[in-house]
Amino acid sequence: MTTMFSGASNLAEAVDRAFIFIFAVSFIFTIAIVALIIYILIHFSRKRNKNPQQFHGNLKLEIIWTVVPLILVLIMFYYGWVGFAPMRKVPANAMPVKAIGRMWSWSFDYGNGKISKDLVVPLNRNVKLNLFSEDVNHGLFIPAFRVKEDVIAGYNNYLWFQPISKGSFDIFCTEYCGLAHSGMTAKVIVVDSLEFNKWLADLKVSGPGVEHPGLTIIKANACIACHSLDGTKVIGPSFKGLLGSKKMVVTAQGEKEIVADEAYIKRSITDPNSEIVKGFNKGLMQSYKDVIKGEDLDKIIDYFKTAGEQK
Amino acid sequence: MNNQTSTAPLNYLNHQTGLWSWLSSSDHKRIGLLYFYCIVTFFLSAAVLGLLMKIEKVAPGQTIMTAQTYNAMFTLHGIIMIFIVVIPGLAAVFGNLMLPIMIGAKDVAFPKLNLFSFYLFFGGACLALYSQFANGHAPDTGWTFYVPYSAEASSNVVLALTAAFTLGFASILTGLNFIVTIHTMRAPGMTWFRMPLFPWSLYATAWIQLLATPVVGITLLMVIAERTLHVGFFDPKLGGDPVLYQHLFWIYSHPAVYVMILPAMGVVTEIFPTFSQKPVFGYVPIALSSLAIALVGYFVWGHHMFTSGMSYESRWFFSLLTFLVAIPSAIKVFNWLSTMYGGSVDLQPPLLYAISFIFLFTIGGFTGLTLGAVATDIQVHNTDFVVAHFHYIIFGGMGFGFFAAIHYWFPKIYGRLYHIRWANIGWGILFTGFNLLYFPMFIMGIQGMPRRYYDYDPKFQLGQTISTIGAVILFIGLITMISNLIYHAKKGALAPANPWHGVTLEWQIPSPPPHENFDEIPVITKGPYVFDNPYTK
Repeated sequence: MTTMFSGASNLAEAVDRAFIFIFAVSFIFTIAIVALIIYILIHFSRKRNKNPQQFHGNLKLEIIWTVVPLILVLIMFYYGWVGFAPMRKVPANAMPVKAIGRMWSWSFDYGNGKISKDLVVPLNRNVKLNLFSEDVNHGLFIPAFRVKEDVIAGYNNYLWFQPISKGSFDIFCTEYCGLAHSGMTAKVIVVDSLEFNKWLADLKVSGPGVEHPGLTIIKANACIACHSLDGTKVIGPSFKGLLGSKKMVVTAQGEKEIVADEAYIKRSITDPNSEIVKGFNKGLMQSYKDVIKGEDLDKIIDYFKTAGEQK
Repeated sequence: MNNQTSTAPLNYLNHQTGLWSWLSSSDHKRIGLLYFYCIVTFFLSAAVLGLLMKIEKVAPGQTIMTAQTYNAMFTLHGIIMIFIVVIPGLAAVFGNLMLPIMIGAKDVAFPKLNLFSFYLFFGGACLALYSQFANGHAPDTGWTFYVPYSAEASSNVVLALTAAFTLGFASILTGLNFIVTIHTMRAPGMTWFRMPLFPWSLYATAWIQLLATPVVGITLLMVIAERTLHVGFFDPKLGGDPVLYQHLFWIYSHPAVYVMILPAMGVVTEIFPTFSQKPVFGYVPIALSSLAIALVGYFVWGHHMFTSGMSYESRWFFSLLTFLVAIPSAIKVFNWLSTMYGGSVDLQPPLLYAISFIFLFTIGGFTGLTLGAVATDIQVHNTDFVVAHFHYIIFGGMGFGFFAAIHYWFPKIYGRLYHIRWANIGWGILFTGFNLLYFPMFIMGIQGMPRRYYDYDPKFQLGQTISTIGAVILFIGLITMISNLIYHAKKGALAPANPWHGVTLEWQIPSPPPHENFDEIPVITKGPYVFDNPYTK
């Protein structure tokens, strides 16, 4: 883990300067206020002071404590603005990457069907992320880079940065997006240029037309947000090795063992809550009866068959 | 009325008895108490939800509940705390209890409307609760109901929105009632600048309630129309604009923050002079800064949306306006400190709470500056930093203001005294727990810990665990404080009319006040904070 407060992008320094100025002023004032309160409580306590003075105000003081804070907050505003301004001015040479948020995963599209789960970027090169949501609002946040922008359907929002240190950094979703919001994370991996070029060249082309059409349907309906392809237990059972496996399911009548055959998988898509695999929760998946039908169901089953054979 | 020789003269609590005499009473004091009991009950339930969420987060991964439960819990916690507890809280409880007395009136301008507002509030609150349990699908949108999630989520969003709408209506009517009361019912001789500052703060608050609440009312109706009739206002799938929703929501919900905090500022402004036996320092600046906060507070909502993709210009412009609203708050803090300075300061529980209010509100305010500057907001927006910030403002500010108010006016309301030592102990536990609970969240937020996260990266474990310990301590403090009050409301020593030697009108009538407050409406000949014979024993 890199130290959490050292910035890893070109934008971080100015942001941190704003932080430091605001915190320093706040700290000094808080200490002064607390010290004054303690002084008052001791020096003017009822035990010590039996003669409360009866003054009502002082115009000079009112002016001082209006003007001085006003100047200080205007300086804070200035620091905040200076740190922010470059964030919206994307250099013309920035490498564009399409960042896609969906419930509940990220993917990064480098063009030509090259799509990655993590964001791999070359050191010291300007990168622009074009933010795209497939469903509800998301927020793309890279704390180490001091960048965050909301990812909203229909809005062409963007952010950019130049990574200045190598390493792996967190990406979090910061706009609440439902059940697995806190699991919607990824990594930015900063490598040097050569390594990046090699990585991009080796990245397997995926997407419609290349991958199995069943997989395209699975991805398009965001099934993989809850059902992993690699065996990881997420919100629903993993798709890995699913077809033909034995499962203990919970029905209205009680528990029973079944084989996850073609019929069961199709039933689970159209009527997901009647036979829940034991260990998973009911009511989280809605019926896809009117969404995935006919031929598409067969394509998904066919994908499971091929995926099973490849293993 | 009190020519009887019995030891307990008739007062608003006992002049009529029976449940119905309470439920049908249009006496502002009884309505105030009805609000009080409702709001405290809701506050404690939502506090338990908060505690459960904190226990869930004591370690990464699942601890005591599933993600769906957690998401529903922070939604319910937010809806109850914001719409049922904090927005109505001080105005509905202590505004109703004290406003008419403090301006020398027998009741509010429209007593029956006042009772109607209470029932609207109560209905809205019940509906909010019902929305959590109907059909086994608690809403999980967060109290902000952001579209498109709220337009699509399968839970009871429409019920929850209707509840928020109804509660908003109650708030509008209370605001209207108070504005008319203050304009028309001040005692003879009480000019605007002879009015105490708690009524001043309620006046500023009432205008916000009246003018800003309708915006959110309409917005919530639009979401309902979107969900039921599929009219595309906000949902991009129907051709709507999700960011428009955020604008409309915050046009109300930012001013609502001032509905929460202004009356709390008013409360502590009453407490400092009484316990210092010294006039308020800077009466006019304090009164006018309330109005300034109410006015400028309308134009800063955009600072909730610095990362929403809003234009470059609107981001820095909203940032500038946000910094300006900090000034009137700073003016108040300096005036409060100067009110105590040179006084004869008696550190009783109400003052202890009022001083903690200054401390917690100062931290909340300064961290608000971090959120007002665009560059730093980009980093801490939607992280635990924001959660800590608004708990310092809302809980540390409004909450501690509320606790200060109850410890200040308790003898007046019930005619009994609470146990001072236990009140101090309760305060100590509460204050310690509060800071342990929320302060680590500032640090985690800067490090990137997002809010509304059920699970988290193990690197945040230390901060999260300290925060959970704080939550448990805070809860023990709450129980200590409340049991002291409940026990002594009936069993405490009888309170004199003016136990703290205050000079505003509520201390000039018996404790508890008679049914119609004043046998004879007082005539006011001087400002509210004149201590002719300061009490310093």
